[in-house]
Amino acid sequence: MTIERSTPPLDVGAIRADFPILASSDARDQRLVYLDSAASSQKPRAVIEAIDDYYRESNANIHRGVYALSERATARYEEARHLVADFINAESPRECIFVRNTTEAINLVANAWGRRNVHQGDLIVVTEMEHHSNLVPWQLLAEQVGARIEAIPVTPDGVLDLDAYARLLAQEPKVVAVGHVSNSAGTINPVAEIARQAKAAGAVVVVDGAQAAPHLAVDVQALGADFYAFSGHKMLAPMGAGVLYGRLPLLEAMPPFLGGGGMIRKVEIGRSTWADVPARFEAGTPAVGDAIVLGVAIEYLKRIGMDRVREHERDLTAYGLARLGEIAGLSILGPRNADARGGVISFDVAGIHPHDVAAILDGHNVAVRAGHHCCQPLMRRFGLTATTRASFYVYNEPDDVDRLVEGILDAKRIFEA
Amino acid sequence: MDNLYREVILDHYKNPRNKGTLDPADYSYEDTNPLCGDEIRIDLRVADGRVSEVRFSGRGCAISQAAASILTEMVENQTLDDVKALTKDDLLEELGVPISPARMKCALLGLKALKAGIYGVPPHDEDL
Repeated sequence: MTIERSTPPLDVGAIRADFPILASSDARDQRLVYLDSAASSQKPRAVIEAIDDYYRESNANIHRGVYALSERATARYEEARHLVADFINAESPRECIFVRNTTEAINLVANAWGRRNVHQGDLIVVTEMEHHSNLVPWQLLAEQVGARIEAIPVTPDGVLDLDAYARLLAQEPKVVAVGHVSNSAGTINPVAEIARQAKAAGAVVVVDGAQAAPHLAVDVQALGADFYAFSGHKMLAPMGAGVLYGRLPLLEAMPPFLGGGGMIRKVEIGRSTWADVPARFEAGTPAVGDAIVLGVAIEYLKRIGMDRVREHERDLTAYGLARLGEIAGLSILGPRNADARGGVISFDVAGIHPHDVAAILDGHNVAVRAGHHCCQPLMRRFGLTATTRASFYVYNEPDDVDRLVEGILDAKRIFEA
Repeated sequence: MDNLYREVILDHYKNPRNKGTLDPADYSYEDTNPLCGDEIRIDLRVADGRVSEVRFSGRGCAISQAAASILTEMVENQTLDDVKALTKDDLLEELGVPISPARMKCALLGLKALKAGIYGVPPHDEDL
C-alpha cells in the first residue's frame, strides 16, 4: 500500500485480546469475523467490567440524593460529560447532552430548536446520502410547520454535489443537516467547508456524526458544527447512551424537548420554568451507567489515539477495496480512494441478492449487514434496493478481509454452479 | 448455510415456475418486505372455484423468490378453500430447508401476498 502513515500501526493482536466476543468460534470451529461495527461495535473487557463495577459500586439516581452513593453516581456521570466534551473539543461540558443515541439527538434538535426557528415555507437542506435518522425527523418537522426539504444530490462517485449545494444555499435555508461519514457509501463529507458556506448563508448546521465520532478525531469547533450527534454503542460503549453537542447560545435559547423530572426549575399546576442547560434536555432518569461507561470507552479510544484508529481503518479499507475489486461482478458504492472514505464498504454482487450473500457469509461466521442501511434515497440513487456492507473497527485485521473475500467467492460458486 | 441453499431453492430461483403476471386477474396483490425492499406480486385466475392460473413477479433474495415459485406450484389447480387453508408450515415443509427467524419474512412474502389478494387485506405474519 502506498498510503503515508503519520502514526505507528496498531497492535491489533493486543486489541483483539481485549474483546472477549472475538475469541468465539462457531460449531464448525470458524472464528468470528465481525464486520458490522457500523451498526454496533463490540465491547472491550474494560467496558464490560465497568458496567459491572457501576452496578456493584456506584448505582443510584443522580442529582437528587444527598447520600454519598448518589453523590458518587452524580460525580461520575458529570465526569463522563467532561470526557465527552474533551473528546470532541466542545468549549464546555454544558454543551454535551446525554441522550439515547444519534436518532434521539437529532429528534431533540428538530423538535426543540426546529419548532421555534423553522417556519412556514422555510427550507431545510439535507443530503441524498443521509441515514433516515437525519432525514425523517426533518420530515416530521416540515410537516408540522409547513417547511420544505431539498437534498444535496450525490454524484456517481458517491460524493456530494457542492455546486448544487451552493444553489440550494442561495435559497437561504434555515438548517443544513449533513452526515459526517456516510454509513453506506462510506464517503467522508467536507463538513467544515459545508458548515462555512452554510453559516455564510445564515443556516444552522446539524451534523450526524454516528459514523465519524467512533472512527476519527472530531473537533466540533474546527468543523463549525452548531449541533453534532453521535451514539455510544458504535464506539465501544453500551447501547443506551449517546450525545448531542450543541453550541451553548443555541441550547440556551431552546425550549425543552421532553418534559418531566430533572429538567425544571419551578413547577406550578399551570406552568413551569426550565432548568439550565444541559439538565433542561435530560428529562427523567438518564442512562447513568451507560453514560459513565461511555466515558470509559472514550478513555480506551484515547489510549489508542483517534488518529491511529483512523489510519488503521483507512489502511484496512484500502486493502478491502483492492481485494474486493478483484472479484468479477462485484461493484463498490462510493469513492474509490480510501483517503476519502471511512471504514465502510458497501457492495453489490451481480446476480446474488445481498441477503443471500450475507447468509452465505454467516455460514463462514463472517458477520456483515445486508439491506438498505436506513438509506433508501441513496440506494434509489444508485438503482439498488439493498447492498451488502462490511465495516471495520480497531479490532479488524487484513485476515478478516480475506475471510470476507473467501465467503463472497463461495457465494458465487453456490449461485453460479 | 449450504443447507439453506439446497438444490431445490437454487433451482426455483434460477428457473422460476409460473413467473410473470396475469392481466386481467381475479386476485392480484403486491407486497414488499420493508426490511430489504423485496417485492412479490401474485396474480390468480379462478375458474369453477379452482385456481386455473397463477403467476408471481417481483425481485428479491433467493429465498423469497424460490418460495414464491414453489408456492405457485402448490396452489395450481387447488380450490380456493384449500388455498385459504394453506398455512406457513405447509409452505415451510415444502421448502424443506431450515429458515432462520431473520429470513422468515423472505420465505413468507409470497404467501402473504397470496392471502392478501384473496382476502383483500394483508394478514399479520402470525396469522399466516
